[in-house]
Amino acid sequence: MIYRENGQFKTSYAADQQIFPILQDRWAILGILVFAFVAVPLLADEYMFRAILIPFLILSLAALGVNLLVGYCGQITLGAGAFMAVGAYAAYNFFIRVDGMPLIGALLLGGFTSAAVGVVFGVPSLRVRGLYLAVATLAAQFFWDWAFLRIKWFTNYSSSGSVSVSNLSLFGFPVESPTEKYLFCLAVLVVFALLAKNMTRGAIGRQWMAIRDMDVAAEVIGIRPMYAKLSAFAVSSFFLGVAGGLWGFVHLGAWEPAAFSLDRSFQLLFMVIIGGLGSIMGSFFGAAFIVILPIFLNQMLPWLGDLVGVSISTAGVSHAEIMIFGALIVFFLIVEPHGIARLWSTAKEKLRLWPFPH
Amino acid sequence: MARLIGEVILDLQNVSLSFGGVNALVDISFDVREHEVRAIIGPNGAGKSSMLNVINGVYRPQAGEIILRGEHFRQMNPYKAACAGIARTFQNIALFKGMSVLDNIMTGRNLKMKANIFQQAFWMGAAQREELEHRAKVEEIIDFLEIQHIRKTPVGRLPYGLQKRVDLARALAMEPQILLLDEPMAGMNIEEKQDMSRFILDVNDQMGTTIVLIEHDMGVVMDVSDRVVVLDYGKKIGDGSPDEVRGNPEVISAYLGASH
Ligand SMILES: Nc1ncnc2c1ncn2[C@@H]1O[C@H](COP(=O)(O)OP(=O)(O)O)[C@@H](O)[C@H]1O
Ligand SMILES: [Mg+2]
Repeated sequence: MIYRENGQFKTSYAADQQIFPILQDRWAILGILVFAFVAVPLLADEYMFRAILIPFLILSLAALGVNLLVGYCGQITLGAGAFMAVGAYAAYNFFIRVDGMPLIGALLLGGFTSAAVGVVFGVPSLRVRGLYLAVATLAAQFFWDWAFLRIKWFTNYSSSGSVSVSNLSLFGFPVESPTEKYLFCLAVLVVFALLAKNMTRGAIGRQWMAIRDMDVAAEVIGIRPMYAKLSAFAVSSFFLGVAGGLWGFVHLGAWEPAAFSLDRSFQLLFMVIIGGLGSIMGSFFGAAFIVILPIFLNQMLPWLGDLVGVSISTAGVSHAEIMIFGALIVFFLIVEPHGIARLWSTAKEKLRLWPFPH
Repeated sequence: MARLIGEVILDLQNVSLSFGGVNALVDISFDVREHEVRAIIGPNGAGKSSMLNVINGVYRPQAGEIILRGEHFRQMNPYKAACAGIARTFQNIALFKGMSVLDNIMTGRNLKMKANIFQQAFWMGAAQREELEHRAKVEEIIDFLEIQHIRKTPVGRLPYGLQKRVDLARALAMEPQILLLDEPMAGMNIEEKQDMSRFILDVNDQMGTTIVLIEHDMGVVMDVSDRVVVLDYGKKIGDGSPDEVRGNPEVISAYLGASH
């Protein structure tokens, strides 16, 4: 089928305001969903689920959260990992301290806690921006790293500092096997992606982007910077909190504060820069890229080394990984700030005109 | 023209504004009547833009008072001004660069959109209905300003003249009672200027919008405005009908003589 919107005339504004106005896009999304929900569980093995698919889904959710704040609202954050941690530890405490607390309830409460904390740490954004805001969010990271390590109540006085959860279930169905975990994370991600899409195409999304692009003009139109910025911090932290909960509960099962360190914050920021700032799709691209690249290099580099007769150590591979990330970040920041998502949409635009570019 | 010029709705009294040592406005008083087109002229740096910024609260004057429909304000703030029905365009276009023309204009409806964030996130009835209603209104403005063909274009890709028009569209989307236009025709060619003059007069005529206009092109000012105030180095040196102002010797030496 030719990718084309010719002939697809919109007869109402409702039709024009659909999430995916182009018919082919709707089919593509449907195809991807069917593939992800039906085909993948049949095809993937346990390693795929544990090492690639589940981390990809959860980090996509987290990247979405970061993208709403950084890409859409134009605020900077180096504390994304901290908000994941707040979500994970809050969910943990709700889960073990409240009798009969269901998994999904704990995760959502974790998200709401993280949202509330996000609003508090978003307050500096009303006064400062850029580097100063980055430093303020960095403070959030250090504060929560410290809190979860030192305040024993958060970890239920576990002697090792590590916490764990088990016997997860959703409405009576177990969430234990890799396939079940995968499907659970996928369902959560689909719902959250839909919420993100709705917000970004609606009034609140326009407020965020207006503040990002030209804050004085936004104010003059009657957008209150305080409401726009703090709501972006809240929604972003909510997404990150739920992602943190999933990371701890579903992906790791048992975790320590180091799971949500500053490295994680940087990783999430890199994802949205490489994937595409201000693009829902870009969050997925970025997460996929960052999850898959190390695995790819692990396989490829030693093999390539063998070909030319050099043996590349594991340490060599991880050095190469860091250098490649660095180079890519610089490349995208300079050449294509809108990331892979923009490369993708440029390709689609070309395809739309193909084979008769006019 | 059918419109009737009404009572004073906006009155600035003895407003002074300075930045460090620079006196941008010195003891300025002037009023705006309902439904009129009020022009502000003066050389570069005279304080014209600062005056608009005082009216809609971007700048806070150190002295003076702003009286809006009988209500006294020491200083405005942008949100209050927007709620009171004051819209504006900017001298250096201040569009939202990353958004489409349509989205830029839709932001102008912001104050009228009431659905909360949860309704929007779940795209519930209320949010969806509201989005459609306001889209319909925005499309009227798009038709009015003849920019149908670019509604989905990111504003950053538009030529200057069209950006100015989108800036106006966004302000009109607020359905303002008072519209502040900061050099809407600067940098335009003759044809674009004529279009823009026509739009401004139509807005004033058909919607009854009161207009405060900063413009350098004396021809345009004489054509469209009812009354003109002249600034020079932050001081008011003339105020009256276009003809009166044109005949004022002080104005001629300070401004007309100097730049034309
Ligand atoms: N934000 C500001 N900070 C410092 N000085 C300013 C600011 N805005 C305006 N000024 C100064 O105030 C004076 C009047 O500027 P402006 O109102 O922009 O003049 P005009 O619009 O008539 O060209 C100028 O001297 C300008 O440098
Ligand atoms: Mg000016």
